[in-house]
Amino acid sequence: MQFDTRTAGLVNDAPDISHLMKQVLVGLSLGIVTLFMFYGWGVLINLVLAIVFAVSLEAIALKVRNRPLKPFLNDWSAVVTACLFALTLPPLVSWWVLLVGLFFAIIVAKHLYGGIGYNPFNPAMVAYAVLIVSLPLQMSQWPGSFIFTGEWIGLGESLNIVFGAADTDWDAITRATPLDIVRTGLISGQPYSDIIIEEKFDFILFSHPMAVVSLAYLLGGVYLIKQGVISWRIPVSMLLGLAVSALVMWLIDSDSYASPSFHLLSGAAMLGAFFIATDPVSASTTPKGQLIYGASIGFFIYVIRTWGVYPDAVAFAVLIMNMAAPMIDYYTQPKVFGQANARRQRGRS
Amino acid sequence: MSDVSYKKIIVDGLWTNNAGLVQLLGLCPLLAVTNNAVNGLGLGLATLLTLVISNGSVSFSRHWVKREIRIPFYVMVIAANVTVVDLLMNAYLHELHNVLGIFIPLIVTNCAIIARAEAFASKQPILPSIVDGFMMGFGFLVLLVLLGGMRELIGSGTLFANASVMFGEGASGMTLQVFGDDYPGFLLAILPPGAFLGLGLIIAVKNIIDDRLEQKKKRERQATKQAEEDASNVVGGVASE
Repeated sequence: MQFDTRTAGLVNDAPDISHLMKQVLVGLSLGIVTLFMFYGWGVLINLVLAIVFAVSLEAIALKVRNRPLKPFLNDWSAVVTACLFALTLPPLVSWWVLLVGLFFAIIVAKHLYGGIGYNPFNPAMVAYAVLIVSLPLQMSQWPGSFIFTGEWIGLGESLNIVFGAADTDWDAITRATPLDIVRTGLISGQPYSDIIIEEKFDFILFSHPMAVVSLAYLLGGVYLIKQGVISWRIPVSMLLGLAVSALVMWLIDSDSYASPSFHLLSGAAMLGAFFIATDPVSASTTPKGQLIYGASIGFFIYVIRTWGVYPDAVAFAVLIMNMAAPMIDYYTQPKVFGQANARRQRGRS
Repeated sequence: MSDVSYKKIIVDGLWTNNAGLVQLLGLCPLLAVTNNAVNGLGLGLATLLTLVISNGSVSFSRHWVKREIRIPFYVMVIAANVTVVDLLMNAYLHELHNVLGIFIPLIVTNCAIIARAEAFASKQPILPSIVDGFMMGFGFLVLLVLLGGMRELIGSGTLFANASVMFGEGASGMTLQVFGDDYPGFLLAILPPGAFLGLGLIIAVKNIIDDRLEQKKKRERQATKQAEEDASNVVGGVASE
């Protein structure tokens, strides 16, 4: 067998954390732009506020823990956490919701466990789970895209809403997300195909803004894989896990279970697959382990979405598998070179 | 034994050997009922009463109970006490009894009680045992009220809601709306995760305080040592001259 030996095998060109984090931000940018185009200034306000809060909290935490500020603030991990968290929140959410969430992400989930590299749970998803459990009302007020409401909310008005300066008529600007509509429809006994026709979703033709945003995340994720920032194993296995679970149930009864394409393109499935489940700290690290980890997340997303009570399930599925990641890693250690042979010989003798 | 130090018993029960904070005993009721301060107070008082009576009776009978059968004996004493407390609460604090439900009979299984019977009351005279039971129970009670108050404050923005179930109708005015009526509430604090997070934070704060005290003591010890050395140097210097 020929090995490519043009570069010395021991030259390590490992990029530093800040490089990886900046690449993640580049990968997210397409999704951010798409989300902004459909949902308006609320998206950008969320992002800016989240970054400001996250970096300040990170600085405070480092200060309290007597850690040097500069190297840890320069690794951009707080910014990435902030962005991922902000993208999962409804645009135009009140500023204090962001602050509470980031307190749990940065202080509780990250620094109480020892800072970057030591957190067993994905900080952004801890924050999301805390908020969806604690503040279900604020977390479910998704403004409708302006293509439905016909009204583009300007920057000033958006800021007023976020900082509570204006009384907001939430009923006028919010709109149930596809996941919500399908869930309530299915619970009330409507067949899935009717709901889709009635609401004019078509998740194959990308007729809903959410589906287009998901596509943007998918492209950003493919860019990250090409750049070598993330491996293909977790995203592909997670999306397959979700799609296969959905396909099985959909084939059994296509009236009471949503189609695989709907599950793949709604909610945070794409964002979760490429940007959240791939978090290098809290995810599984062995090649085989990553496949198990990703597929299980996909499976749990389907289970929790279909039979759970919360609107989306990515956060819970990721947290459950974060818990299992050390055990998966333990049982999927790659064999040391030569070990398999040794065992086979022992078996023969 | 006459060398019992009441000061040590009191400090042990309230701080250095606190049943909930240090021994981490009785976590099941501790985590389950502390979703508001009044529930914590109710269960804390019930536990306190049980601890005092069971410590007293175990200590009283310690000379007649053979070692081999002491554990079943403790369990029966504690169970009898808990039954009495349970019936009393059902009679006089019926609403509180309803709120706390299964957790009052479950005081039987609170390891803090049998641990005190085994570790303290079975070896000590009656009075110190009763004081120990009271202090252990009081330390547990304070923790229950603290954790319950914390969770209630963060979770629903009130303090001493439902005080009427414990102190009668006159106490319904005791409820404090700390953050005003607009407080949206923070459900997580009232749900079980809030109990774990809250207890973890309280233990962390206790450890920080202990660390600070320890360091302060160390510094003082060093300072006195230094002073003694200086003094002896001076004396030595004088002697050599």
